Amino acid sequence: MNGKNTSAPRKALNFLSNNAVPVMFIIIIAICLPMSGFSTTFLLNEIMTRLSRNAFLILSLLIPIMAGMGLNFGMTLGAMAAEIALILTSDWQIWGIPGIVLAMIMSIPISILLGLLCGKILNAAKGREMITSYIISFFMNGVYQLVVLYMMGSIIPIVHTTIKLPRGYGVRASVDLTRIRKALDNVLSINIGGVIVPVVTLLIIALMCLIIVWFRRTKLGQDMRAVGQDMEVARAAGIDVEGTRIISIVISTVLAGIGMVIYLQNMGDMATYSSHSQIGMFCIAALLVGGASVDKASIGNVFLGVILFHTMFILAPKAGAVIAGNEVIGEYFRVFVSYGVITVALVMYETKKRRAKAGMGAQLAAAQREGDKR
Amino acid sequence: MSNQAPLLELKNIKKDFFGNQVLEDINLTLDAGEVLGLVGENGAGKSTLMKILFGMTDIRDTGGYGGDVLLNGQKVNFNSPFDALAAGIGMVHQEFSLIPGFTANENILLNREPQKKSLAAVVFGDRLNTLDRKDMKSQAEEAIEKMGVHIEGAMTINDMPVGHKQFTEIARELSKEQLKLLILDEPTAVLTEQEADALLDSIRGMSKRGIAVIFITHRLQEILNVCNKVAVMRDGVLVKDVPAAETNIAEITRWMVGRSVADTAKDRREPPQTETVMSIQRLWVDMPGETVRDVNLDVRRGEILGIGGLAGQGKLGIPNGVMGLYPAGGKVIFDGREIPLNQPRACLNSQLAFVSEDRRGVGLLLDESLEWNIAFPAMQIHDKFLRPMLGGLVKWRDEKAIREVTARYIDELKIKCTSSKQKAKELSGGNQQKVCLAKAFALEPKFLFVSEPTRGIDVGAKALVLKALEKFNRESGVTIVMISSELEELRQICDRIAIVSGGRIAGILPAGRSSEAFGELMVSSVV
Repeated sequence: MNGKNTSAPRKALNFLSNNAVPVMFIIIIAICLPMSGFSTTFLLNEIMTRLSRNAFLILSLLIPIMAGMGLNFGMTLGAMAAEIALILTSDWQIWGIPGIVLAMIMSIPISILLGLLCGKILNAAKGREMITSYIISFFMNGVYQLVVLYMMGSIIPIVHTTIKLPRGYGVRASVDLTRIRKALDNVLSINIGGVIVPVVTLLIIALMCLIIVWFRRTKLGQDMRAVGQDMEVARAAGIDVEGTRIISIVISTVLAGIGMVIYLQNMGDMATYSSHSQIGMFCIAALLVGGASVDKASIGNVFLGVILFHTMFILAPKAGAVIAGNEVIGEYFRVFVSYGVITVALVMYETKKRRAKAGMGAQLAAAQREGDKR
Repeated sequence: MSNQAPLLELKNIKKDFFGNQVLEDINLTLDAGEVLGLVGENGAGKSTLMKILFGMTDIRDTGGYGGDVLLNGQKVNFNSPFDALAAGIGMVHQEFSLIPGFTANENILLNREPQKKSLAAVVFGDRLNTLDRKDMKSQAEEAIEKMGVHIEGAMTINDMPVGHKQFTEIARELSKEQLKLLILDEPTAVLTEQEADALLDSIRGMSKRGIAVIFITHRLQEILNVCNKVAVMRDGVLVKDVPAAETNIAEITRWMVGRSVADTAKDRREPPQTETVMSIQRLWVDMPGETVRDVNLDVRRGEILGIGGLAGQGKLGIPNGVMGLYPAGGKVIFDGREIPLNQPRACLNSQLAFVSEDRRGVGLLLDESLEWNIAFPAMQIHDKFLRPMLGGLVKWRDEKAIREVTARYIDELKIKCTSSKQKAKELSGGNQQKVCLAKAFALEPKFLFVSEPTRGIDVGAKALVLKALEKFNRESGVTIVMISSELEELRQICDRIAIVSGGRIAGILPAGRSSEAFGELMVSSVV
């Protein structure tokens, strides 16, 4: 611990260094906002849309962080499960709310299976969960392609030619979800001063938050926190460390699957082979922008992150157009920033750890000086 | 009658680690409510004995133990610490076994939290029961009260002073209903004086409740204050087992250090009265488990200075700090020039060398040949064994010189190997240690730190290593500082011995002084 600094400037500096990423984003947004020239209503509408679209997915990241498994790309697997489920429900022509609910339910067993696999592998790579899960997501992407590109239509029946490739098997690069588009968002949605609020989606997200709060207070949640902080101590106390870690990943993939269905119903269109590939990256970046770190993340981080990260996304192309006369610059800026944020956050996490360690030495030196005074 | 049987009885306990006998015929009994003080130097076998008692898995993994452990007259054989816990044995380890971000209450009841039924638990199993925070608080408070030392239950471990962490662990053991025997492994090491006194009171309280306590400590006064019995171990043997009232510190110290004084009193040279070659001033070192605090030490030219002391007191921190391997502060003056700390390269450039206690980690390139191991540092640091080619543009390794020097050291130190090309990892521990020495000798340093040179090697190799060091000192006039936990080997070859206690130098004595004198210094300000 860095000790308790009481002076006000010291405190402010500590606050800044602990929250560097969110502060940076607020500054970027403050600069871009006037340049973009967007109306408040437009901006709020956009933010509301993206909040309802992404928040659930990002919430799925919280539980592995609690269990000490870091920023986990295991959620990508849940996203794949959701896509497979949505391809099937689209082919069966089940639309609207029933389609969404069915897709969510169907994604769950696939997510559980993938989560178990991922959890097992991550138990063999303790301490390197982030990179390992990232590579697993690439590997599973290959399996996903095998299923969707070769097995669908040949082994798994696909009827409709709007979904199937002309060659008779495999799924088209894009699956049209127009008929479930915003099916969930539009239920009971209300218009407040020009801002459309998708009440039901927000309620689902709020319910999820409550479940997470409740979960933290369960025995399992307590065990996860214990495992997350010190695996050996938890093991010595008789907690099943490996099992608990696997459960946390399974919960994460299942939630990510449900979150992905919410995400895609909002988009109304699914890029079969790429929707899932960047979702993990963007969710992690958003969470970090909200002030989370590798070992600590809260629900507050999720919402702050979604709002800051996506406001930047909305503003960047316009600001890019103003600054460089080219909207593509803004597009480039988005990707650049999300990778940059992750890098910065990771480096800061390590630096902080090292600084805490160096602090020990400083304490020794201080104790020695104090000894002199006496 | 089973209730006549003592609570704990150890019968002829034996243990060896791969042929290396560490415990021999230990017999010990303990009644309910009795407090036993267990003392002995490091490596005397205390920890191993406690591990056997607590069913630690590393005992079983290394071939189990001989003899019987009887609890209430019944023979027990624990397969894991969980069995021991179930049988009513609790242990507080030297390393904290606490979750840093949890409160004291949460830690006290870790994995034994009282729970409230929840609906989700019906479907998904008991782990989805919610924790009963109120009940947790009252149960934890009850345990804290039982302990008799007040700690703040709602405080997280991170924010606690180190002593309170220790008390949290003790409270955790006391919160277990079935607790009959509590093992405290150096609990006062991290406590302040008042805290230690509070702990002793707490032990007395436990004893009144009928809980037996095995109390391991280096602070002998505490043993006399609180224990009914004292057991002294040395070299794997229980040398004494007496009522605490019938003994005193001087006697216990003598039993601990033990060996007759005559055996090493061989022809000792007079300590050289030369000028100071290295002056260490106000050194602190942040080496985990071996913290050094405010050390001042002058080393004379050409002498062999020993640094001894109990484990964890900081003796290893001194060379590691001076050589820049761990964060350090203070001032080190060598040969009239100040050596910058925290820069290993600067030390090596000033012709200091270090044989680390961590020979597999720091000392050796395990996958490389002996030649490479011996010659590499000299090549790297002093451009030895290199031949300039093309007018000095390229430096070429002088394989022939490397082979020659390796052959010389293999011969001199009697390194057992198939050839100088053999890989370092294929050698036995003793021979690896010799390679580490050869490596340091090949540097031709002016000053050599040797840390635990005989740790984990057999008697024959030990004698050779010590002899080689002595010879190196006598023939090349190199100043050597040797750090060892074995006082006897320090007394064999050193001129003077400094004893570290509590991270500080407790005193420096000529090596000829009695073991008791050193023993007293060792325990003088133990932390």
